[in-house]
Parts: sequence; C-alpha cells; structure tokens
Amino acid sequence: MTKSGKVAPRSAQELKLSETGLYADRVRVYPRSVHGPARTFKWSVLVFCLTVYYTLPWVRWDRGPGQPNQAVLLDIGHERFRFFNIEFWPQDIYYLTGALILGAVSLFLVTSLVGRVWCGYACPQTIWTDLFMWIERRVEGDRNERMKRDQGPTTFAKIWRKAAKHGAWLGIAFWTGGAWIMYYADAPTVTRQFWAGTAASPVYIFTFLFTATTYVLAGWAREQVCTYMCPWPRFQAAMLDEHSLIVTYQGWRGEPRGHGKRVPDAPTKLGDCVDCNACVHVCPTGIDIRDGVQLECINCGLCVDACNDIMVRTGSPKWLITWDTLAHQKARATGQYDRFHMFRPRTLIYASALTIVFGIMVVAMANRTQIDLAVQRDRAPLFVTVRDGSLRNGYTVKISNKTQEAADFVLSTAGVDGAGMSVAEETEGHQPLLTLPVEADSVGTFRVLVFARPNRLIDGSQDITFALRNTVTGEKTTYHSVFMGPGGRATH
Amino acid sequence: MPTKIEKDIYSGRDTTGHEWDGLKELNTPLPKWWVWTFIATMVWGAGFCVVYPSVPSLHGYFHGLFGYSTRVSVTEDVKALEAQRAKVLDRVNATPIEQVRKDPQLMAVATTAGRIAFANNCQPCHGASGEGRPGYPTLASDSWIWGGKLADIQQTITYGIRSAHPDARVSVMPKFGADGILKPEEVGAVADYVMTLYGKAQPGPAAAKGAAIFAENCVACHGDKGEGKREVGGPSLKSAVHLYGDTREAVVAQVTNPRQGVMPNWNARLDTGTIKSLALYVHALGGGE
Repeated sequence: MTKSGKVAPRSAQELKLSETGLYADRVRVYPRSVHGPARTFKWSVLVFCLTVYYTLPWVRWDRGPGQPNQAVLLDIGHERFRFFNIEFWPQDIYYLTGALILGAVSLFLVTSLVGRVWCGYACPQTIWTDLFMWIERRVEGDRNERMKRDQGPTTFAKIWRKAAKHGAWLGIAFWTGGAWIMYYADAPTVTRQFWAGTAASPVYIFTFLFTATTYVLAGWAREQVCTYMCPWPRFQAAMLDEHSLIVTYQGWRGEPRGHGKRVPDAPTKLGDCVDCNACVHVCPTGIDIRDGVQLECINCGLCVDACNDIMVRTGSPKWLITWDTLAHQKARATGQYDRFHMFRPRTLIYASALTIVFGIMVVAMANRTQIDLAVQRDRAPLFVTVRDGSLRNGYTVKISNKTQEAADFVLSTAGVDGAGMSVAEETEGHQPLLTLPVEADSVGTFRVLVFARPNRLIDGSQDITFALRNTVTGEKTTYHSVFMGPGGRATH
Repeated sequence: MPTKIEKDIYSGRDTTGHEWDGLKELNTPLPKWWVWTFIATMVWGAGFCVVYPSVPSLHGYFHGLFGYSTRVSVTEDVKALEAQRAKVLDRVNATPIEQVRKDPQLMAVATTAGRIAFANNCQPCHGASGEGRPGYPTLASDSWIWGGKLADIQQTITYGIRSAHPDARVSVMPKFGADGILKPEEVGAVADYVMTLYGKAQPGPAAAKGAAIFAENCVACHGDKGEGKREVGGPSLKSAVHLYGDTREAVVAQVTNPRQGVMPNWNARLDTGTIKSLALYVHALGGGE
C-alpha cells in the first residue's frame, strides 16, 4: 500500500465520510542512487539483457545461398522461425508451447526459492525503467537535486534538462522499437528501407508503437505498471511461502528504531535501525521495506545496499535488511535458528515438472526430422470403379522437405497387394513406386491415385501404409491410412 | 450507502464502510491517471459515434460524418476482387485448353472455378464429386462413352447429349425387344454373351448363340469384341463400369427397350470460360485421358 492519502477532501459530504479521497494522486518516486552488491548485480543483468536484445538481430548465420543469413529471424512472410541452425515450421508450434511452459514453471520455481527476482532484475519493465532512471540521474542529478528542481520555479536550466531527458528517453525508446522490428525482417535491409521510406507500413506502425510503449511505460508509468497493471504481483502469493528467500527487514534487530546515540545502559534500548529512511529513498517503487512483505516490492534489494552503507557508518553489523525467509526471521526473533528449507514439496514439484518438460523438449528436439508426410484420403467419392474392374482411391499427399536442397522423394505403399499409383493429371499407368520432386525448404502437394483390387476388405476398408524416402538424405517416414471399397456402412 | 467509516489499525487507512461477515474493505483510492484514461476512452467513444454510423432512429439511423457503411465497403471489396480475378480468368479464356492444363497457376484458377460451377450445375445428376449414380455417368472414373480427352469433355458439356442442339452428341440404340427386332430368347442370349465380355458370366452354349446374334446386330456400334466405338457413342461393353447396371435383368432391359439419357447443351446457360473450367475440373477428377 502506497502511503499517500494526502488528497484534499472535495466536499463536505466526503469529509464526513472519509479522510481519503476517491481517487489518489500519483506519489512521485525519486529514487536515490546507491552502490553495493545488489546494485552491481542489477547493472550486470541490465547490460547483459540489453546487449542481447539490441545486438542479436545483427548476428549473422550462414544458411547457404538464397537463404536469409540472420541468426534469429521470425520470418512471418515465409512462415519460418529461424534460430541459428534450427528452423521451426508453423506445425512446430508445440515447441513454443513447451518453451512457454518451461518459462512459467521456471518462474514458479525461482519465485518459491528466492522470491520475485524476475521482477527485481530481469523483467523488461524493470530493466528499461532502470535504464531511464539512470539517464534521469545523469541529466537531472540525484534525488535531492531532482526534488528541489521540481518544486522550484521554471528556469532555463530546468527546461533544458527536462528536454534533454525526454529527448534521450525518446531516442532509446525509438532504438528499442526499431530493434523489435529487426527480429521480423533482415536487420540491415529493414534499416536501410526504414530510412529510405520504402519499408512496409507495419514496420513504421510497430516501430512507432513500441517506441511509444517504451517511452510511456519506462519513462512515465514505471512502478505503476507493476502495482496496477501486472498480474504477476497479484498471484505471486501463491508461489511464495514462509520458506522463500525475500528481501526482509530484520525487525527483531532493528526495533525500536530511533535516532541518537546507542547508550548501553539507557532505559529504552534502541535497535540497530536509525530511522534514516535510506531504504525508502533508494526504493524504485517508493515503499518502506520495514512494513514487511508488500505487493509493490519487486525484491531488487537496493534497500539492502543502502542499509549496509548506513550500518557500516553507525558501526552496527551489516545486513539489517537482508534476504531471508519469514520462518527463519520468526525463529531468530525468539533467539532460535531455523535452517533454509530448499527442498520443500512445492519446490520439488516445480523442479520435477521442469525436469519432465525439459526432458520432453530435449528428446523432441533431438528427434526432429527433416521429412514429414501427411496423407489425406478423398472424402468423396470414397472409391471409384475403373474400366478394368479395379478400385481407385484418391489421396492428397503432402511432403514436407525441411532440408535446404531440392530432393526426389520415393513414395510406396504396403498393406494392399498389387497396388499401383499415379499422380492425377501428371503421370500415366499404375506404378508401384512414385518419384515426387519437392523444392528445398517447402511442402510439395500431390494428388495420388491408388489402384488396387483389395482382397481383405473389412467393413469396406483395408489398411494401407504409405512409405516415403528422401533419395538425397535417405531419411524415411510412413503414414497410415485406409483403402476403401464396397461393403462399408458408408456405401450402403 | 457506506455507514461506518473507520480507521484500520494495521494500515492506518480508512475503510470504505462496507463490511461482509466481519471483513472490512479498505478504501484504496484508484490512481487519478487511471480515471483520466477511463474518461479518455469515453471521449473516444463519443467521437466514434460522431464519425461512424451510430444512433438509430425510427426511420433509419445516423450515418456518421463520412457516411461509412459496411455494406458499401463489402460491395467495393467484391468489385475489386472480381476485377482482380478477371485478369486471370481472361487469361484462362484466351489460352488453349491443353496449355491451361500445363500452367499450374491457370490450372488452379480453372479447377477452382470449375469446382464451383460443377456444384451449381452438374451435381444433381453426376453427384457431388462426379461419382455418378445409376443412369448418370460416373465422371471420376476412366470409362468414357464419348471420350475423356479435354476437347471431348469440353464438346460434350458445350452441346450436350441428345439435347435439341444441332451439334449435340447423338446415339440411338434400337429397341431390339420392344420393336420386335429380336425375340425375347434372343435378347436373353445376347445378354448372356455380353455378360461374358465383362467377366460376370462364363462362356457356354447360350453365350455362343448370343455371340452370333451380337455379331449380326451390335458390332456396328459396340465393336467387334464389344470394345465400344466412341465416334458413334457406342459404349464399351468390356468395361467394369456400367451406366444402367451389370445384372442380367439390367442388360436384358437395356437391349429390349434402351434408356436414352439426355444431357443439356450447357452453352445455352454457361459462358465458354466456365465450360472450359468445367472440362478441366472434370478431367482432373481422376479419369481424364
């Protein structure tokens, strides 16, 4: 809960009912800069993530002539997702499902172990907000300077500093929106086209859209996104328990808080907390960690760094604010010790779910084939009697050639004796084998007619298996279908 | 109406005065920017109502500032689509039918147009996918009375069979039984012989007698060995596909008093482009030659 509530009552009626207004003004947060291990870690994650995000589209990957050479490319026009040496087709969408499940379960596991570290360090909202705050500090100065200037009169210095800040923000936002587009099109090409004014209109629309969202969310909305928009803080309570590591103020050590000298034989013995509010001033969401676990806390630990600074100066032991579990804190308050329970049913379930999904993904990826066969039987007519008295069934055969070279595929059948095939409108006669050419990296569709005199029809149908072999790579696959004739329920 | 506003001792916040089974709701005010966003959507909504058709009245509705209408929009889209299609359809019309078959793009357009025309015009007799029905030929099979080449099919569709059109394909089988050309037992013998041609009966004395009658009366149209003569529309009797059935009764009935099916000349109803598309579609059903 933000401790705001300083809104002037608007009517006598309201005054009578409540001191709090119906709507709250936004309480501006002016985070102070801070140094320490948490801050260093936060910076390194930021640099790593942003470096990956901005440079990844420029990484090249040779896939041979005529193929895009961008390492990571969501090629919507050609319905391909290229990721280094792996190529995903639309029918591979279940890998995305698997990746999303992995992401969700990892988030659950990490949260139940060490709290909302995602929120504190890795979430894009956190990272860009942090970056924007850093720029704000470079241009407008630290907390006190900013507060003073904002309250002061409008001066030339104020105007140019604000203008410079927003200019820099917009620049970064534009760079962010532009980088997003590069994941969907060849980066050098789309950059050239963008400035030449020849890019497709979606390129401009999405660049503008992501520029706007980055600027508004990281520059203006900031912690409001976490508090009001994001669902994660709302259901994190289901992942956290008393054994999760969270940023914690050790109240048993700090209270009673107060200024002044610590006199060993004073009547009221003060705790380690000198009530300097350093933890509040550095908090990017503007809360007081000493109030306990809160919805707004993103677990970034900047208050830990700030408090350690103070503790060193007052000569008290460090880590008055620290990462600890609620259970451990409860035990420590009564002088006992409770070890960190890493293995709990919750974490074990999350970990095993993670292992299972990860295992399935690895096996599926390892067994990915470059060949795919799908056979769809004609629904009508179920079968046709031809001149020589044999039966004909029609099938639509789709052959996926996921390799990077054109190849001939040999199609054969098993299960119906003496079956012969031809490609409708293309080949003559009844051949036991068909050789079907398919272009590189594409799907070939053929209407295959199968002629046979089935002798084991049961209920008007007999199993038939189509076998396919890539003559270049030797890769094989099969597809089961049926061959139909008279006697089935459908033909009566 | 909230009644009892209290101060919550833990958070120092006011309650809303609402209480449910002892649970009191804290008054956590909505951020002002959120409210402004909400107001902005209402302003947008009002603007939308002015620009686009919105408020109904007793005799119509407010058309909006620019008179936008989804009906007009759809009509324009359909016109644009037709104009776009016309380019390809014109090419289909201008290209000889054999060339269309070799061009995958034109073929795709033609067979799609053909499929739709088939469903609209041919389906009642020939079935949804050309499977035929007794008395109406199966078009998906490779058994053709008048020929299964593209040009043959195109001509059959254009002028019809036994239609009133002067260029129609016409073949008339005499009523061998009804007109007394053959005696009933002779008709039976012919039937016995014909059934051996497509392997439904074994040769025997009756068939041998029938063979002699067949050689005298039937070979002119059906060929020496019953292989059929397409130029006169004499169906092959060796085929496993039978227009009027393959039982002895069916054969006897056909020889005694033949049924003479009629197909209309479609040039009276369809344009040449559609007929061309139909021919390509029927050819591609699987039996084309």
